[in-house]
Order: sequence, then C-alpha cells, then structure tokens
Amino acid sequence: MSAVLIIEQVLNGLQFGVMLFLMAAGLTLVFGVMGLINLAHGSLYMIGAFACAAVAMATGSFWLGLAASIAASAAAGALIEVAVIRRLYDRDHLDQVLATFALILVFSEGTRWVFGSFPLYLDPPEGLSGAVTLPGGIDYPLYRLAIIVAGLAVAAGLFWLIGGTRLGIRIRAGESDREMIAALGVNIAALYTVVFALGAGLAGLAGAMVGAIQSVQVGMGEPVLILAFVVIVIGGVGSVAGALVGALLVGLTDTLGRFLLPVAFGAILPPSEAMGVGSALASMLIYLLMAVVLIFRPQGLFGARA
Amino acid sequence: MTREGAVNAVILALLAAVALAGAAGDRPFLVTLAAKVAILGLAGVGLNIALGFGGLVSFGHAAFFGLGGYVAGILASHAQNYEPVAEWPITIAGTQEMLIIWPAALAACALAAAVIGALSLRTSGIFFIMITLAFAQMLYYFAISWPAYGGEDGLPIYLRNAFPGLDTMDGLQFFALCLAALVLGVGLSWRLRDSRFGLALEAARQNPERVAAVGIRVFRVRLAAFVISAAITGLAGALYADLNRFVSPAMLSWQTSGELIVLVILGGVGRLWGPVAGAGLFVFLEHVLGGVSEYWQALLGLMLLGVVLFARGGLLGLLAGARRHG
Repeated sequence: MSAVLIIEQVLNGLQFGVMLFLMAAGLTLVFGVMGLINLAHGSLYMIGAFACAAVAMATGSFWLGLAASIAASAAAGALIEVAVIRRLYDRDHLDQVLATFALILVFSEGTRWVFGSFPLYLDPPEGLSGAVTLPGGIDYPLYRLAIIVAGLAVAAGLFWLIGGTRLGIRIRAGESDREMIAALGVNIAALYTVVFALGAGLAGLAGAMVGAIQSVQVGMGEPVLILAFVVIVIGGVGSVAGALVGALLVGLTDTLGRFLLPVAFGAILPPSEAMGVGSALASMLIYLLMAVVLIFRPQGLFGARA
Repeated sequence: MTREGAVNAVILALLAAVALAGAAGDRPFLVTLAAKVAILGLAGVGLNIALGFGGLVSFGHAAFFGLGGYVAGILASHAQNYEPVAEWPITIAGTQEMLIIWPAALAACALAAAVIGALSLRTSGIFFIMITLAFAQMLYYFAISWPAYGGEDGLPIYLRNAFPGLDTMDGLQFFALCLAALVLGVGLSWRLRDSRFGLALEAARQNPERVAAVGIRVFRVRLAAFVISAAITGLAGALYADLNRFVSPAMLSWQTSGELIVLVILGGVGRLWGPVAGAGLFVFLEHVLGGVSEYWQALLGLMLLGVVLFARGGLLGLLAGARRHG
C-alpha cells in the first residue's frame, strides 16, 4: 500500500463528498426553511442526469447538457413545489414522507416510460477527459478533479448567496421565524418556491456531473438520497456549513473505509475472509458514524436546535 | 356489531374467500396472492403498533422483516446442507421446523429491536425517522456484502419449512397457517391496544410530557412497543421467506420499509385491521394496475398522493368512518 494509492483514495473521497454536498445542500435548506422532509430529492438528481444525457446526445455538447440539467431539475422542483409540496408544510413528518415517497414512484416510472429501462451513457467533455499528473507523480482523472473544483466553487457561491445577498437574508430569516418575515411583507410562498427550485437545481447539477462517471439510470437517485440524509443528520439539519463538513466526512469515511478496512482485516484474517468482513463493515461504516453522532450529539455537528 | 367490526369481518371473509375460490377453481396463483396479503398484513399489524398506536414513525421496519426472513432462510439452509449453524460453545443444528424457526425469528427481531430502539428512541421527529432508516440500511448493506448466505444473490429455501400436521407446500394449507398467524397478530394488537400499556402508549403519542408527569416512563413504554412491533413484523418476514422460498437483501431495503408504511397508511393508521385492508389493496393494485400498465407504480404513486393530500384515514377511514377516540 503506497502513499500514492492513499492520496488517490482521498481524492476519490473528496469527489464523492463534494457531490454529496450538492445533494445535501438542497435537502438541508428545504428542511431548515420549510421544515419538510423531501424524499423526492433523489428524483431531481435523476432528472438532472437524464436531462444532461439526453441533451448531450442530441446536441453533442456536454456543456449544453449541464445547463439543461440545472434548468430541467429546477423547473421540476418548482413544479412539484407548487403542485404538491406546498400542501405539506403544515403536515406532520409521516405525511411528508409518504407524499414524497409517492412522488418518487411517479418520477421513477415516468422516467422509465420516457427513456426505457436501459441505462444511458454520458461521456465527460473532451477538454476534461484523460488523466492529469499531480505534484508527486500521481496520475488522476482530470474530470474527477474538475468535479471537486466545481463542487467547491458551488459551495463557495452558496455560502455567498446565503451570507451576503438579500435572498440569503430572507432565507435565513425564514429559517428562524417564518411568520415574522411574512408579516414584514416578504412573499413567503414565492420564497419557498425559489428555495426549493434552488435545491433542486443543485441536485440536478450533481446528477449530471456524476452521470458522466457512472451510468444514467432509473433509481440512481435513491442511494445518493439516503447518503445525503445521513450527511444532513451528521452535519445538523438546516446548516449549510454542516452539510459541507458532513458531506466531506461521509465521502472520505466511505471511500477510505472500503479501501482500508479489508487491508486492516488482512492483518488478522486470511485474505478471502478479510475481504468479506472488511467490505461488509465498510459498507456499514457511515451508518455507524451517523448513529454515533445522533446518540452523542442528537442535533448534529453544526445543529443549533435539538 | 359496530360498523368497523362489520368492515373487519368483511375483510377477513374476503381474504378467505379469495383463497378458497383460488383453490376450488384450480388457480393456485390466487391462493398465493391471498397468502401474500395475509403476510404483508401481519407485517403491517406489527408496524402499526409502533406507527399507529405509538406514533413512532419507523422508516426501518424492513430491518425486522428481513431479519425474520433471514432467520428462516439461514436455519433452513443449514438443515438442507446438514451443516450445524454453530459448533461452539454448543452445537446448534439447522432446522426446517417452523415451530423452532418462529420463536428464533421472534427472539432475534426482539433483540435487534431492543438495541435499535434503545438507541433510536433517544431521538424524535425527523431524527427518529432517519436513524431507524440508517439501522435498516446497515443490515441491508451487511446482507449484501456478507458472502456466507448468498450476499446480493439471496438465499433459496428449496422446500418450505414444515409445520406438524400440515403440508406447507400445499398452497391452501400454507395460506391457512398465514391467516392463523395474522389473526393471532391482530388479536394480540387488539388486547395490547386496550390494555393499560396500550393506553399509556397512546397517551404518550398525544402528550409525552403529561404521561411522564403522572409517573409513567415514556421511554420504557415506547421501547416495549417498538420491540413487540418488530417481533411481529419479523414473524411476518419468516413467513414471507417461506412463501417465496427465497430470502434476499431486497427484504431489508428501504423500499420495503416505505411499502410497509404505505400499506399501513392506505389501510388506515392506528386501526386494528387497517394494515390488512392496506395489504389487500396494495396487492390488488399491484396486480390490477400491473395488468393495465407496466408502469403501475406511477399510478400507485398518484393514488398514494391523493390519499395523503385529500383522504386522510385510509381505506378503513373511508369505509368505517373516523376513528373513535376513547
């Protein structure tokens, strides 16, 4: 096991974490501002990936596809917010879980109806294909590096949006007291739609970027959705900074666990068993992490309220 | 007989009638469907104790459903291969006797639920939903990556496990067994609901502070309810493994947890026979809508959306009126 290999895995973990952040940021904003659990967030991720793949196939341009993914998922987000989600803000969590679970069924089957059950494939843009040699002689895929950079740039943009713009002030005000900002004349319904569409667009962007690494298929969103929930619970529900820290923590833990645990068990067990035990434990590791955080700090690492 | 009692009797009669008609008309498929309804109904009855009576939104009951299934599958696979389950400290042989498998499944699920519940019940609201989901995912990924019992491919049970005096490979006899388990499960949840324990649980759902103020430990009541709920769902899982003669990680997946919640809600949350009605409706829709369109789940999603947004109370709420309080 060499240092090069470890650095590669750390970069993979960062890339995974940054992608999780794009998903988790929308979820945590929607929960923080509107108090809503949105299981259909994974569907928006899927819509982004499909929109990107379809447009990239039709036009031959990945960048047009990327723009289409944000537009399509933000539009889908705004649509479901107005048609369905809006009615759920005052309901209990059970109703929210059920209604958004229903939305997953509708979106998944609808996408299967339009695109079929076979996965689509999306190539990374030409300028970003191939590997790049990092200092220290590590060859790393340029596209994955670009995802890390793009993700961090979006994170910075989001922090600026929330911390430094008028919209951000309203979002934060909505988080702490929605009646009061409505009374002050802010159109709260429009604000909710904007926040939801913003989160949806980020999810779609994540889906499109990951779609070029993995295949684009129905059901791709749900595993990521559950990880994003793990992220926001670890980071603290409603906190964008918590989402970033949680996402990187989960991304690194998962990637390094899968890589290191089989090796670690190899020291005490025969190789075939070590592989089995190591990978079994590694796939449980982030859930273990979440359980530990919830038990010792139920409000999450950055959560203000219990 | 109250209106709800009448509706309940109709549900039970309808279920038995479908199975009998299937057996008489030589359509074993119908008998299998009826058995599936009874088993999913039983799983829902279990979940309903936590979700309906206790207001504990467990998004991880697939963990117990799958665990029960795996107990049946693992014991049966050892019996089939004539390998003991464990040789140390005592030799435990595999078995295909349901009368041994069931208590084992109940015990395993109760134990798992005691651990999961003791940790999860420290949280509430969205955190409870998420942590129960997380525990179920842990088991799911463990089952997928643990190679000894089939991993991702699942574990076949070549012959259904045996029950003394019955031929479990006969559809109708197996259905009768499932129906008996279902009736026992509903009976238990009925006695539970109307007991002092049930009252405390219901009260804790409505106002935990007051319940604590009169000297009842809310945590203990909820934990007991969670354990009982999980054990019943686990028994249903063991039966489901026998029905399909197959156990796979899909039984542990979060979709299964979602579907269990869906059928409890479709039928009527907190109602004794609600989960059974919901399971019947779910299986019926699966096959009727499945015949109309291969994208039936989209239609199911739209229906579910309609129920959540506009028709709270589910099927029993529709048929038997709003739930009585007190």
